[in-house]
Amino acid sequence: MNPAAGPAPAWVGHVLVPALNLLLALAVAGAIVAAVGEDPLRALRLLVSGALGYPEAISYTLYYATNFVFTGLAVAVAFHCGLFNIGGEGQAYMGGLGAGLAALALDGWPAALAIPIAVAAAVAFGGLWGFLPGWLRARRGSHVVITTIMFNFLAAALLTYLMVEILIEPGSQAAESRTFDPALWLPFMHDVLAGLGVDAGRSPLNMAVLIALACLILFWMFIWRTRWGYEIRAVGRNETAAGYAGMATSRTIILAMAVSGALAGLVGVNEIMGVHHRLLLEFTAGYGFVGIAVALMGRNHPVGILLAALLFGALYQGGSELALDMPKVSREMVVVLQGLVILFSGALEHLFRPALERFFARGGAGEG
Amino acid sequence: MDGAVWILLILDATLRVATPLVLAAFAGMFAERSGVIDIGLEGKMLGAAFAAAAAALVTGSPWLGLLAGIGASVALAMIHAFACVTHGGNQVVSGMALNILVAGLAPVLALAWFGQGGQTPLVADGARFRPLHLPFADRLSDLPFPASLYSEVVSGHNLIVYVAAAAVPAAAWLIRRTRFGLRLRAVGEAPEAADTAGISVARVRYLALALCGVLCGVAGTSLSIAQNALFIQDMTAGMGYLALAALVFGKWRPVPTLLACLLFAFADAVQVRLQGVDIPGVGVLPVQAIQALPYLLTVLLLAGFVGKAVPPAAIGRPYIKEH
Repeated sequence: MNPAAGPAPAWVGHVLVPALNLLLALAVAGAIVAAVGEDPLRALRLLVSGALGYPEAISYTLYYATNFVFTGLAVAVAFHCGLFNIGGEGQAYMGGLGAGLAALALDGWPAALAIPIAVAAAVAFGGLWGFLPGWLRARRGSHVVITTIMFNFLAAALLTYLMVEILIEPGSQAAESRTFDPALWLPFMHDVLAGLGVDAGRSPLNMAVLIALACLILFWMFIWRTRWGYEIRAVGRNETAAGYAGMATSRTIILAMAVSGALAGLVGVNEIMGVHHRLLLEFTAGYGFVGIAVALMGRNHPVGILLAALLFGALYQGGSELALDMPKVSREMVVVLQGLVILFSGALEHLFRPALERFFARGGAGEG
Repeated sequence: MDGAVWILLILDATLRVATPLVLAAFAGMFAERSGVIDIGLEGKMLGAAFAAAAAALVTGSPWLGLLAGIGASVALAMIHAFACVTHGGNQVVSGMALNILVAGLAPVLALAWFGQGGQTPLVADGARFRPLHLPFADRLSDLPFPASLYSEVVSGHNLIVYVAAAAVPAAAWLIRRTRFGLRLRAVGEAPEAADTAGISVARVRYLALALCGVLCGVAGTSLSIAQNALFIQDMTAGMGYLALAALVFGKWRPVPTLLACLLFAFADAVQVRLQGVDIPGVGVLPVQAIQALPYLLTVLLLAGFVGKAVPPAAIGRPYIKEH
């Protein structure tokens, strides 16, 4: 590289490259839609109008985005520490279990007390499911990727057992618990807004979206403005160097994984306390895996994660509308797009980034 | 049902479950011993299962189905190689991307081509790999226990079960006794040293991933057109991850990996038969406990609580050749 060239301007890495990767993913997905025999541009129009065209659609988009903020931040905390947490799915599952158990136990309690306890239970259960792989990595040298995969299956087995054998509502056919005390439901945003005189249409969007916004801000403060965040980033850059600098690397790794699990666990708050109001199986629906795409696209920064979560929220909502309007395109088209985004912005990030950054770095040197 | 028959049925089921598991675990062994993490076994199997079913439906030939299954799986493996070997991309991210991509793409194509939701129509018997009856199996079936082992357990499987049985010693020999196997292990343990000795790290890793693709292709094919007669959405149901667990549990070595696969398959076969059965002195065992066992064992092993699993030294590390 030309030593006189300055670094590429920040917008190249933060805006141009992610946009290009998204465009590529959309282009490949469009080619698949065309191969299936539908018009890709019409599909895109349907997708956008289905996601943003009317108030309910926007609410649904925000509801999905809430989950993706949680799982995206979860993956990002671990990434900052140089760890790949693909256990978001299991941690979200455990979070839901924690919230559900608390809500079932706190029948008749005042909401102002019971709701925070249930949220804390979700954070604790999800955090535990991140803490354990973190502990195994820090103290026993187990690879986080393998352990978190295994923990996803362990969470699924545990929850299935509890739902089928113990928590199932007597006389019920489906493996679902009884409905929680309505006082413990997180209020729906359409009810909150109706109280303010705004008609937002009915959607599953609930108060958990405010928790998600708070998490975005807290995440930024935690990673860039606290000593723990500094240590997490230092360990992520170079574990050995951080150790020589006197940091407790094992403790930092465990902390990062516990925080990661706790964030993923908040999906359980949104789904169990905000939407379903009972414990059930498979409420995570792959949200944990979407978190990987969100963190990669969002470059592990809260602003990027917010935008990526909104994008994927829109894709999920628009995708289900698209499947209704285009019978030959199934809902899974969104999953394809998600895979392509992870492929282009994650696995193939070196395809364009170095060349583009070199190109713009040269331009910068020419001006100076 | 008497005990001997019960054992025979369980052994029979074990072989059936173990077949795709063994093939996928050995596929992962080629990739990971060369230093490339492959959590995309699941996606490659699923892609192969769909391609095999689709091709068998269209052509009516199980062989063309197998070819399509292998083709799809190898194509996915080559994307993985392009991202991880050529471009030094993150291997876990790439594997995850392919898993998610296939989980979406297979039902999308199934709906578009066959119009029956996320699955394919039934594949006719002539387009599938049917159970083979080995010579003398019929004549020995009336005899008591040791002989019935042959007729009930060894005979009567589809071709891919026997292919998997043959693939195990072949793969073990390839990895341990051949020049290619030595190079494979060398680039997985010390790519710099291998490079210095004139071995192309990239070439060996591409070859390893191609072999990985072939084996995953056979595994996926066995799911859709040998054990079943159609492709169903998410029909691998975590089997690729279970194979990965078996590979880790087998410490990335052929014989222990085979035993791990057989153990996990045996647990699954037992679990199916124990559902709701009251065992004297134990009571009804929750099936989820047995289902969770392979994952729990793998976690414990990886953490060094029961033995120690040491992965290939260069695993997950892209090799950038210096100029």
